[in-house]
Amino acid sequence: MTYLAKPKLHHPDLQANSRGYTRRDYEGKISTLCAGCGHDSISAAVVQACFELEIEPARVAKLSGIGCSSKTTDYFLGNSHGFNSVHGRMPSVLTGANLANRELIYLGVSGDGDSASIGLGQFAHCMRRGVNMVYLVENNGVYGLTKGQFSATADKGSKSKRGVVNNDEPVDMIGLALMLGASFVGRSFSGDKQQLVPLIKAAIEHPGPAFIDVISPCVAFNNHAGSTRSYDYVREHNEAVNRLDFISARSEITVGYAPGEVAEIVQHDGSRLRLRKIAADYDPTNHSAVMNHLQERTEAGEIVTGLLYVNPNPSDLHQYLNTTDRPLNTLGEAELCPGSAALEKFNAGLR
Amino acid sequence: MKLIEACNDFVVKFANVNGSGSASANELFARSILRMGVPVAPRNIFPSNIQGLPTWYEVRVHEKGYQGRRGGVDLMVAMNPQTWDQDVREIEPGGYLFYDSTRPIPKPKLREDIRLIGMPLTEICNATYTDARQRQLFKNIIYVGALAALMEIDPEEIERLFSEQYRGKEALLQSNVKALRLGYDYANEHLDGPIGLKVERADAVGDKIFIDGNSAAALGAVYGGATVCAWYPITPSSSVAEGFIKYCQKYRADKESGRNNYAIVQAEDELASIGMAIGAGWNGARAFTATSGPGISLMQEFIGLAYFAEIPVVLVDVQRGGPSTGMPTRTQQSDLYACAYASHGDTKHVLLFPKDPAECFDHTAQAFDLAERLQTPVFVMTDLDIGMNTRLCEPLKWDDAHRYDRGKVMSFEDLEAGKEFGRYNDIDGDGIAYRTYPGTHPSRGAYFTRGTTKDRFARYSEAGPDYVENMERLLRKFETAKGLAPAPIAYSGEKPSELGAIFYGSTTPAMEEAIDVLAERGIQLDALRVQAFPFHDDVANFIARHRAVFVVEQNRDGQLRSMIVNEIGVDPARLQAVLHYDGTPITARFIVDQIAQYAAVRSLASGKKAAATKGA
Repeated sequence: MTYLAKPKLHHPDLQANSRGYTRRDYEGKISTLCAGCGHDSISAAVVQACFELEIEPARVAKLSGIGCSSKTTDYFLGNSHGFNSVHGRMPSVLTGANLANRELIYLGVSGDGDSASIGLGQFAHCMRRGVNMVYLVENNGVYGLTKGQFSATADKGSKSKRGVVNNDEPVDMIGLALMLGASFVGRSFSGDKQQLVPLIKAAIEHPGPAFIDVISPCVAFNNHAGSTRSYDYVREHNEAVNRLDFISARSEITVGYAPGEVAEIVQHDGSRLRLRKIAADYDPTNHSAVMNHLQERTEAGEIVTGLLYVNPNPSDLHQYLNTTDRPLNTLGEAELCPGSAALEKFNAGLR
Repeated sequence: MKLIEACNDFVVKFANVNGSGSASANELFARSILRMGVPVAPRNIFPSNIQGLPTWYEVRVHEKGYQGRRGGVDLMVAMNPQTWDQDVREIEPGGYLFYDSTRPIPKPKLREDIRLIGMPLTEICNATYTDARQRQLFKNIIYVGALAALMEIDPEEIERLFSEQYRGKEALLQSNVKALRLGYDYANEHLDGPIGLKVERADAVGDKIFIDGNSAAALGAVYGGATVCAWYPITPSSSVAEGFIKYCQKYRADKESGRNNYAIVQAEDELASIGMAIGAGWNGARAFTATSGPGISLMQEFIGLAYFAEIPVVLVDVQRGGPSTGMPTRTQQSDLYACAYASHGDTKHVLLFPKDPAECFDHTAQAFDLAERLQTPVFVMTDLDIGMNTRLCEPLKWDDAHRYDRGKVMSFEDLEAGKEFGRYNDIDGDGIAYRTYPGTHPSRGAYFTRGTTKDRFARYSEAGPDYVENMERLLRKFETAKGLAPAPIAYSGEKPSELGAIFYGSTTPAMEEAIDVLAERGIQLDALRVQAFPFHDDVANFIARHRAVFVVEQNRDGQLRSMIVNEIGVDPARLQAVLHYDGTPITARFIVDQIAQYAAVRSLASGKKAAATKGA
């Protein structure tokens, strides 16, 4: 209930990170979502990830579209600017914001209706353009805020709460993200914090378009028998390919694994992705092998989770556009206005 | 038969096939007249097509510099068999027809009340060139040469134009000069010139420049400090964004690093274009998009968001005939409603109405200051007529002392000093509150942006009083806009008239000419050129001072007229609509006819009334 102010009281033992922020400094308003909503767990994972990465909260810009998922940007990182834009159009607003100031961290939060139905086009083109961002889809297969209609990610044959069977093929957002150029692709489950937090951390530090599909059961409209997005169904069909640890370039490496079961990917900026392998021979840097594996497992009825694909040397839209290092929103007349002498010359060429 | 005799005052129209290379030859013709110090006003009348359909190029020559379309044709250069009948019909009695006489034209296809000037262009080309493309392209240059001879245009001016155009491309230069001379010499030897239409050297061009409105708007965006442009191709606006790309490459690459001080994205559609511009505006960059009517329709939801969330953004709307399969290559001023009241809920937007390319530059640059000062979308309402036609206008000017007005933005220092920040808190009473850019301060000044479910501190609220307070403030802000947007410009005769006319944008040149013609006919007319919406108080005052006011515009429904009626609360009976909306640019002849007719009926009516009173 947002009209209840969240108490400022901090537990005296609350741990602070090296910037002096506690976990509470990364929280936002009190959620207005239903009790037990998977989305709230995702918000908590975002808070945890930002706390662990020791991010300056104000250096994050949170953008979203419309829907339950898009409301969550108000429920974490209260000291960051947020923008609840229009339905399905978060990617374009985020792209523009990113062009204006390349120095912030851009977190785009969307849902399956917002991204796979009304916003499928903007999702696709945003991935194609290589916008440096974390694109988080809180995927529950249903329209919650309008009370239970199927979304475009609902599985064929799955049943709505009212008993209607979905006949349409689901939009495979992971497959699309892979095809369209996302350089970091992961899937997780809102109920699996162990997996989700490091995935979000790694995505934030990834200097390119990072896409995470988070399956997030809707307790009000999509958590019944016959649903393929319920807590029970997802727990039964979840097939993790790996367990991830993200180690930023500046941290000491302390996490140890027995040799042989760990794959380490060093990214361009020196950060490391340590993967505890679950599926044998799964190489998340091999694009076509990843596509094949996902296709096979999906056909077998499994929901593959983990870090699915990563390109350790990604590039982004600013690189393609050759924009200056200084944020465009800090440039003034001196850099932007050619002045009257240049205009005189211009005029002279038109006579 | 009496032939038209005119010096520096006539209309030449070229009828061509799209894609035949005629456009550059025809522009060469227009420029050569300019170089003789005589103003021209050329217009492209082209189809929505790349190759094959008919296209026309109309050049009005007028020493006084009237830039409006005159109507009527004195010399037709008929190079397109498809439109022959229509083209021949259009010539004024006593006018001239220049045509390719390689194949004989049957007599019924010709007219007896005009002079026929046949020249075997195809035959000459076939004899001179072997390459098919050359035969086609040089045919155009040859007829320009022949016209120069017939109308006494100095061929050396054309050669100078060639040498500027083909600097460093000697072979191209020589071949063009050769074709020009071929036409010029042939006409001198075989055609009975000169004809009655003559170009005589004058000094009426001065320091004016020859530029199209879209290029000027693009440069205006560069000067106005735009750093982000997101766009989607749509005729007739594409050349605004393309111009911006070109001028940014020229003026905005950092000299040392070679990196770009701008970002341009060709988006997947208009929704994404405006979304990106809004995202950039939210984050403190000057951003714009350029589009036309159908694009404006697609952007409606976003425009509402920008209005309510109060995000600066500039939209250049190069208007055309609607809808999507409307008349994309024809001109209109018919997006006023769509832009002024764009989106759902109670919205009103700031519109600017440039009259020519020079004002496309000024208004576009100024639009960024207005958008940031007012924290709202600002529309630059140009149209195809000024956007895509090269027009003679005042040189572009820039005051180096001008500083961008970035509006009310709280800095790190402001926040650190403890200034109270309320994103929608109107502390100055002008309806405009302070904003912050994301990332300004670690613990102060962050806010959550959404539509109207908020209070003055941007906290979530669905309470009625909060909504009303916000909406009232937005109205106050719109009042503030009245004093910031460019004021109307008045035209008055020697003594005050009881007849007035209101007009805007590309109607201006035709209207200015109409005022002169009407004055010559004894009809005195005061006029007011509206430069912006919301309407300045001068508009209401002007209407109050006149018995009858004509509102002259290029749309069917009298959109500006209705906006005046609604916004100012004027009695509709006081405003006479003068409407031209067939897709061609409005002409002085049309305006004069309409107003003279009205004046005649009125004086007849008042005469009758006087007679009746006398009888009683």
